[in-house]
Amino acid sequence: MRTFYKITLIIMVLAIAVSMAGCAPKAKQPVTLHILTQDQAGIKPAEVDQIARDFEAKNPDIKIVMEYVGYDYIHDKIVTGMAAKPPAYDASMIDVIWPDEFVKSGYLLDVTNRITPEMKSGIFPAAFNGVTRNGKVYGMPWLMDVKYFMYNKDMLQQAGITAPPKTWEELVDQAKIIKQKGIAEFPIDWSWNQKEGVVCDFTALLFGNGGTFVDANGKPAFNNEKGVQALTWMKQTLDDGLTNPSSISSDENSVRDNFIAGKSAFAVNWLNQYADSNDASKSQIPGKAAFAPMPVFKAGADAGIKSSSVDGSSSFGVMATTPYPDQVWKFLTYLTSNEVQTKFSAEMLPIWQDDYKGDKLTALKAATPTNPVTVPAFMEQFPYANERPTVAYYNEASAALQLAIQEALTGGKSPQQALDEAAAKWVQLAGK
Amino acid sequence: MAANSSSIPKRRASLRRQDARVAWLLLIPSLAVILGVTLWPIIYTFILSFFNAPTGINQIRTFVGLGNYIDMLKDRTFWETVGRTLYFTVVSVGLELILGLAVAQLIHSHPWGWQFLRFSLIIPWAVPTIVNGAMWRWIYSADFGALNGILMQLGLIKHYVPWLTLPNTAMNLVILADIWHTMPFVALILQAALATLPEELNEAAMIDRANAWQRFWYVRLPLLRPAILVVLIVRTVEAFRVFDIVYIITSGGPAFKTITITYLTYLNTFSYGKQGTGAALSFLISIFTIMMALIFIRFLYRPEETR
Repeated sequence: MRTFYKITLIIMVLAIAVSMAGCAPKAKQPVTLHILTQDQAGIKPAEVDQIARDFEAKNPDIKIVMEYVGYDYIHDKIVTGMAAKPPAYDASMIDVIWPDEFVKSGYLLDVTNRITPEMKSGIFPAAFNGVTRNGKVYGMPWLMDVKYFMYNKDMLQQAGITAPPKTWEELVDQAKIIKQKGIAEFPIDWSWNQKEGVVCDFTALLFGNGGTFVDANGKPAFNNEKGVQALTWMKQTLDDGLTNPSSISSDENSVRDNFIAGKSAFAVNWLNQYADSNDASKSQIPGKAAFAPMPVFKAGADAGIKSSSVDGSSSFGVMATTPYPDQVWKFLTYLTSNEVQTKFSAEMLPIWQDDYKGDKLTALKAATPTNPVTVPAFMEQFPYANERPTVAYYNEASAALQLAIQEALTGGKSPQQALDEAAAKWVQLAGK
Repeated sequence: MAANSSSIPKRRASLRRQDARVAWLLLIPSLAVILGVTLWPIIYTFILSFFNAPTGINQIRTFVGLGNYIDMLKDRTFWETVGRTLYFTVVSVGLELILGLAVAQLIHSHPWGWQFLRFSLIIPWAVPTIVNGAMWRWIYSADFGALNGILMQLGLIKHYVPWLTLPNTAMNLVILADIWHTMPFVALILQAALATLPEELNEAAMIDRANAWQRFWYVRLPLLRPAILVVLIVRTVEAFRVFDIVYIITSGGPAFKTITITYLTYLNTFSYGKQGTGAALSFLISIFTIMMALIFIRFLYRPEETR
């Protein structure tokens, strides 16, 4: 028995020793950076991969491991990734609505001192606004996107419509004609699923009616008559069969799929939908998509509002916990450099102001087949990008608004009642 | 002799002590794993549930006592979600049990091709829930879905129906996907239990002129009670904690009509950054599931049947 006892003890000691040996420091290897980004708006994963491989070729001491997930899953991936020990990511794409929360959470490294004078003067100030809090910069601007209003030229032509709508009321008139003529069963498509997409579309509509999220005192104002009118209009287009009823469960990818399948005449989406609609390998409508400035409501137009969209910009944040901030910054600087952004500008236009002037503008327009159309569309639409609230509890506030909009759209509550309840929730959240 | 006889028990006692020492030594690794992987997270979550604990690095946690529990129990959304989760649990487990029992009985009667049937049952169950959810989301797709395609070809609908946008239908469609995925598990367990029942009882009942239904209802079903109890406990606990299939098919929409209690926990913990609330919700879920398991045991467990 004593022998058995001794053998057991020896085996256990050996097992512990072997497992400890696994923790011994290894020979010097390239630094591996884990970076999270979206597989949705902006450039495609294959293109980001190519940029990463180009960077690795120039920097053999750094290895880049990219991870791609749908936009709607990134926030929660960051939160869970940062709870891991060690944290899962060295850098991540950060949407314009997250910096307040993430700065409060301590996730983001203050990179103010890494921003060079060239970056400061060269990059659009609007791109910096998304990652600047209390005078400090918490990320590298990357993607300047807004929601665009796109239409199918052929369908409008078939319907005898000569120009795209300037107001949402005109859109309804045109959609009715298209529906009546049997050109499209549901002429309009939106991303109104219970996610951030519906808040983005509502932002464009709300501001286009002269509304705002909060008033001058910071109190919710989206439930006043401007917001209620916008939501009532959304519901009416569903009731009239003009908006595709599947919009209530659609994200931006579904909107794109319907548009490029030739099912919808009008679609509100991010820039990348245009390149996909011209990709003959997957689109039924190559050459038929066109941009128009995002319409506004007639009341908004009368008040002097020319267009109204939503800012969907994003940046790359360096995680405060990364042991390799210099290497991460080196990669992010490369990823967002003028040269790389111009080369990969089919679905995502550069953040550099000079690219839109003089000879550089000519070069940018020639960089991809779609740029002659998308560059002017961007220059026309981006100035009308409206912001969603910048608060640390944004996600919960947004969820309350998503619920309210969906309750109104599915007929569970009146637009007024639904928005009042969301506003009450916002007040409650602000008080906590 | 006397000295000899008294030394034997002493030696035995010493061996027992040594045995006990070795036993404890051997148990240490597994105890450490259980403590680290199972017990500690539970204890940690329990402690967390009494704090206001925002997500983040070096966040200050403030003790709120039972505040998180009271906030939830006072919240209308919480009770609506509990009701919705109970609906999911009762309907999906109920239908799985009925269908599973029917399929198990069918296999047990050994019709032509029963082995193929039993083998093919494993496929839906073997498919990971995430894949299952993604598959059913495409089947239900309003614009490109197979369900709409089939119903159109059969002439049952004139227009594609946006199934997942219908508030009263969406949850039932998620339940259908869950049944497709999990019913085979129920069927296989019950079929295995059926195979162990003594054939003599069935034959005796046949001699007594009991018809097929009577033989099933009065002879086999009571004997299946222990297996049904296992299935009910396992499936009810699983169904009450449903998350992944909802996350993939509907993301809780439309208008929160498919949000379940675990989904609410996920939202609070990760999307809203309220770990304390999430921890409190986790414990409330545990209390609900334990209560349900106890109810089943109280009404279905007959110790004499398992002897």
